[in-house]
Amino acid sequence: MRRFWPRFVSERAGLAAAAYVLVLTIVMLALEVMPGSDPHAITSEVMLPPSAAHVLGTDELGRDVLLGILHGIRASLTVGFAAALGATLIGVLIGAVAGFYGGILDLLCMRLSELFQVVPSFILAAVIVALSGPGLPQVVAVISLLGWPQVARLMRAEVMRIKHLEYVDAVRCLGTRETSILMGEIVPNALAPVLAAGTLIVGHAILLEAGLSFFGLSSADIISWGRMLNSGQRFLFNAWWLSVFPGSAIFLTVLAFNLLGDALGSALNPRSAGKK
Amino acid sequence: MGRYLLARILWAVPIVLAILVINFLIIHVVPGDPVQALVGDFPTPPGYVEQVRQEFGLDRPIAHQLGLYLWNLAHGNLGFSFANRQAVLGLILDRARLTLLLMLPSLTLAAMLGIALAMAAAPRAGSIYDGAITALSLIGYSMPIFWLGQLLVILFAIKLRWLPAQGMISLRNTPTGWAAVWDVTWHLALPALSVTIYYVAVVARVARASVLDTISQDYVLTARAKGLGRRAVLWRHVLPNSLIPVVTVIGYNFGYSLTGAILVETVFAWPGLGNLFITSIGNRDYPVLQGIFLFTAITVVVANVVTDLLYGVLDPRVRVSHRAHA
Amino acid sequence: MISTILEISDLTLSYATPGRKLMALQGVSLSVGEGEAVGLVGESGSGKSTVARVALGLTPAGVAHIQAGCIRIGGRDVTHLGEDAWAVLRGHPIAIVFQDPLSFLNPVMRVSRQIAESVERHTPELAVAPRVRELLERVKLSASCAASYPHELSGGMRQRVLLAIAIACRPKLLIADEPTTALDVTTQAEILALLEELRVDLNMALLLISHDLGLVASACERIYVIYAGRTIEWGPTARVFGAPAHPYSEGLLHAAQTDRDRDGRFVTIGGDPPDLTHTGVGCAFAPRCGYAMAPCTEAMPEPIALAQSRSHMVRCWRYAEGSLSEPAGGMAEQP
Repeated sequence: MRRFWPRFVSERAGLAAAAYVLVLTIVMLALEVMPGSDPHAITSEVMLPPSAAHVLGTDELGRDVLLGILHGIRASLTVGFAAALGATLIGVLIGAVAGFYGGILDLLCMRLSELFQVVPSFILAAVIVALSGPGLPQVVAVISLLGWPQVARLMRAEVMRIKHLEYVDAVRCLGTRETSILMGEIVPNALAPVLAAGTLIVGHAILLEAGLSFFGLSSADIISWGRMLNSGQRFLFNAWWLSVFPGSAIFLTVLAFNLLGDALGSALNPRSAGKK
Repeated sequence: MGRYLLARILWAVPIVLAILVINFLIIHVVPGDPVQALVGDFPTPPGYVEQVRQEFGLDRPIAHQLGLYLWNLAHGNLGFSFANRQAVLGLILDRARLTLLLMLPSLTLAAMLGIALAMAAAPRAGSIYDGAITALSLIGYSMPIFWLGQLLVILFAIKLRWLPAQGMISLRNTPTGWAAVWDVTWHLALPALSVTIYYVAVVARVARASVLDTISQDYVLTARAKGLGRRAVLWRHVLPNSLIPVVTVIGYNFGYSLTGAILVETVFAWPGLGNLFITSIGNRDYPVLQGIFLFTAITVVVANVVTDLLYGVLDPRVRVSHRAHA
Repeated sequence: MISTILEISDLTLSYATPGRKLMALQGVSLSVGEGEAVGLVGESGSGKSTVARVALGLTPAGVAHIQAGCIRIGGRDVTHLGEDAWAVLRGHPIAIVFQDPLSFLNPVMRVSRQIAESVERHTPELAVAPRVRELLERVKLSASCAASYPHELSGGMRQRVLLAIAIACRPKLLIADEPTTALDVTTQAEILALLEELRVDLNMALLLISHDLGLVASACERIYVIYAGRTIEWGPTARVFGAPAHPYSEGLLHAAQTDRDRDGRFVTIGGDPPDLTHTGVGCAFAPRCGYAMAPCTEAMPEPIALAQSRSHMVRCWRYAEGSLSEPAGGMAEQP
């Protein structure tokens, strides 16, 4: 672990990505404290292309696009983090249990994860949200439930690798109970690759949420980049700025999390150092 | 080979069953009356709701309902879409054809381009090509595919006016015969381009890693030692082996490609499943939504089995072990 | 006068990877003539496999650089040939069989097809199918193996397939790089016998590369001993193994022949194998050598003849003029 920081820092892209995420978080928090202009405010300055007054233009209700994008950070980041957290927790639990106890439990868990990997997640998510009504909690729950297989597989592989290492046997000889071994020794050491995978899930969750919003499956009260693209779609012919800028925000943010996840992955795994 | 195929089919059956059960659960878990999930919120003729209640036994115990549900599904009864005035199953199959029309050429093109890129770059193995392809695929992974579609529409259809922005056929002077085929192809170009660009990067990355790995294999040394020329080594030994991970990656990610095509359709108003999906959301035509879910999920399972088969054909070692999945 | 098929003169080759440069060969000289059975003996990392590959231009391009010396095949200088020119030369007159047959055969191509490729390439005038059958018979494989994939065959059978592929080229010289290392003892003996039979029947020269002294001793008339990328002693088998001149050869033989020493420990050569990324000017074996003298750390001696006929040569300061002229038996072990 001591060599984590130098390796992480050497991944310059990862560093830039981390800085970007930090900036986003700061902006989001700042807007909570000092809301500034109301992004929902309907004005008469409709459909204006980018100009000095409105750097990224305005939409069909006269709302400033830049303001919308800044306020949209909240939806994306909260869904991203919450869903990734949920998926990671579920995945770690299931993967650890499957990898450690093996046997029927393992078979069952792996079949379950295969099932969730086969099912097209976006469509399932869309159907569930369509039927139960839009809202961030539903979206977060659905994405978590669909995202855990990846984490579970990783966790299971790591647990299976570690449980055969000698120091685990050493602890066992001390008479420690099996569950304590699992929780105390194995899981903490297996977490490293899970961290990287979890970061990648954030990007995936943001894309999924954007897709759901684009399909109109998000609440109109919450500003979301995907929803802005939905409006953008309607005015594709007249107002390109309504699509280009919110989409860029999604792209850059997801890119940042993917780079971060890759950087974490290679920084935490000495074996893959040097490989991209 | 036969035994291998059987094993794969046996794997698929419980998964399909599980998918049906998932759909059943959704109907009963979401807030509200289950019958609403089965009928939707679109205006229906009087008595229809009662009819559905009967058909699906919604006043019976849950286990009974599951049985009735599976029975209905087995008979192709996916409900009726009043918004489209068609039985859901037929409606989905009609639209699915158009989605496949969009998907398959795009995926094929993406596969060929990706492999060509990888084969061209492989002999010049070096950090520039590595970096370029990795960067490209990273960008591909991070971009919402429907946004890519929008960008292409803005650039090629609106600004440059080279290609049509929407639809499958020209609504003014609708052509017939061969001209109609050309017309459809013309309309297919941009949506297909979106899907292709999206997947070329993915394929290229896997193909490149695969080609580089294959080239360093010992049997390539044997092939060269036999006195075979560069081209013979590449085409007869490197390509067949490096193709395997590419085929499996495309095949096992069929779900992603299908979802991608569905998303892209909405941008271009291409009249396939995606368009049906989004209009049904607007119409609250829930049976259609569920039908699409069932259809796509089962299609992905079938695609998995087909890929397993293809894998077995391409790599004889796999036929010995029954599990093709990692 | 036997004509020389392969001649390597004082070859120096380095592997350049980012950050490191490894001197794989630092002065290898060997030659194989028509019909001869020659052995190349050395430990892992001594450069023997590199010699096998460089003889056919199979070293990794861009990474391996020949820095000095030359390679001649049939008298022609092939040291700096490009890949396309090499493709014409490979198979005939020189063919090669490698060590681990599973990874050296294309896993998705039937065995008969892989042999047929050789046939089509080198004897296009022959009908392919009958020739493949004939070759399978030659290597004592049943014809039913033809349609199999490599993973369906045993180790010994795969090695025979590799042999069939090699002799399909009608080579004048067959290089065998550790051909039996991956096989069990019984199969080893079979393959060796087959090699000898093929050599005699097809009037083929053989360059057998191995770390197994017994193997090489039984199969070869002449031996080269390689250490740290240099051929340090060579000559007729009986002389090199009967009365080894170089301290390293002595040590090798002693370790091979003796089970355990007086204290019950395994007999080894003391010290560590040389680090090929840092090369000094002197003899690479000097740090481990019980006879090390002053000139040993300063320079590497030229080959010195140990017999009038110049058939037994050694590169060791002990035999330079003014030092001992007879190889001494037994070597002091380093504690």
